[in-house]
Amino acid sequence: MTNISRRKLIIAGATITAGASGIAIAGRLAERYGLIPPDGGGVYGLGETMTYAAQRVLTRHASAREFASSQISKKPFANEVAPLGEEFKQLQESAFSGWRIAVDGMVARPASFSLAELKSHPAQTQITHLACEEGWSYIAEWTGVPLSHVLQLVGTLPQARYLVYRSIQSDWWESIDMADALHPQTLLTYGMNGDELPVKFGGPLRLRVPRQLGYKSVKYITRLTMRDSVKKFGKGLGSAAPEGGYAWYAGI
Amino acid sequence: MAAIAPAHKVASRHAGLVRVTHWITTLCFLALLVSGVEILISHPRFYWGESGNVLTPALFTIPIPASRATFPTRFGYVLPDQNGWSRYLHFQTAWIAVIAGMIYVIYGFLNGHFRAGFAGYNLVQRLTYLFVIFVLFPLVIWTGLAMSPAIAAAMPGAVTLLGGQQSARTMHFFVSAFLFLFLLVHVTMVCRAGFRNRMRGMITGRSSTQ
Repeated sequence: MTNISRRKLIIAGATITAGASGIAIAGRLAERYGLIPPDGGGVYGLGETMTYAAQRVLTRHASAREFASSQISKKPFANEVAPLGEEFKQLQESAFSGWRIAVDGMVARPASFSLAELKSHPAQTQITHLACEEGWSYIAEWTGVPLSHVLQLVGTLPQARYLVYRSIQSDWWESIDMADALHPQTLLTYGMNGDELPVKFGGPLRLRVPRQLGYKSVKYITRLTMRDSVKKFGKGLGSAAPEGGYAWYAGI
Repeated sequence: MAAIAPAHKVASRHAGLVRVTHWITTLCFLALLVSGVEILISHPRFYWGESGNVLTPALFTIPIPASRATFPTRFGYVLPDQNGWSRYLHFQTAWIAVIAGMIYVIYGFLNGHFRAGFAGYNLVQRLTYLFVIFVLFPLVIWTGLAMSPAIAAAMPGAVTLLGGQQSARTMHFFVSAFLFLFLLVHVTMVCRAGFRNRMRGMITGRSSTQ
């Protein structure tokens, strides 16, 4: 072995060691600051963690763009949903007067709200973009109660780190971190374009998370649960999306 | 390195870092191409401006089958949904490609690679490589990130400057198509210039002088 190749070998070894310890330290830091997503393991865990961590560091407090009313899509597209069950149809017959949303888990005062009760709280209206991971999108005006307002009413406990939210369709559930749960634009939405939120767009109640793709905006919301971990929900990957092969974090 | 006794003249061709980043980029390029096409298949239709969907007029539609039943095509079947792993793979390889690209560019500036390392190429080749490295690659990253709702929130100017999120998607498609065209021309030229010798140059760092 010549001097040059020995020196190269030492440099390469040092570089690999430095790189590996750098990754290990970055991993520890990411864990400590909550920058590892629930689906941050496996083959694509590295990429997911980098995307989630980078976006959380850079965009934690950013607001989704809001548009002028002239930019509202004349023809929004409602993505298809699984057939709605008997329970939904019965509630629909009474104009959703019996619809309730439960808020439980790590909260000081678990509660349940009817639509009328939600509507008695200060409403917020926003004109935001809804983009599907497939590539299509539309802009609509959404009206509802900021989720942060509801979480304030029930008193979120300090150890809560995730909000798990569920649809009346039992296999449809999602979760978001506190950055999105407490974000002022995250909206428990009951109105769209100046009217009631149509059923095909998620009526009577949809959780709009405008800084993430459409599949995080779950339709027909019935339950919100605050938790310090999502490990005990489903397969522990954070939501139904990763169980179906899709990323938990959909900010990209 | 005196142990190697070449029968013919051997010239040092590409530095180790250039070779490593080249092949990492090659693998990433192929992964991004495959996953990108998979994602495209779920909605092979393009728009201009901020928003667009199947109910609004298209800029153009690619006449291929789709992987969604909600997307109207003239084909009587729907392809399987592959977007889950395609999106995971697309973003992971994009990260690796961006990091490899940044290492390459920083090295290139520090080492004079963009002048000295390009010595064997003619003007058109040099301009093409520089255009790909400093125009197409940054543009494909920019238009890709402009589709991200969180990035659009944090950097709205990066989206409006492109004309909107659907414009960004359309440009991402065209820039990717140009990059694919570059790949075809690049591989063709490597073949014409002597495939084995050029591959040897990019793998071992040495090639015979002609």
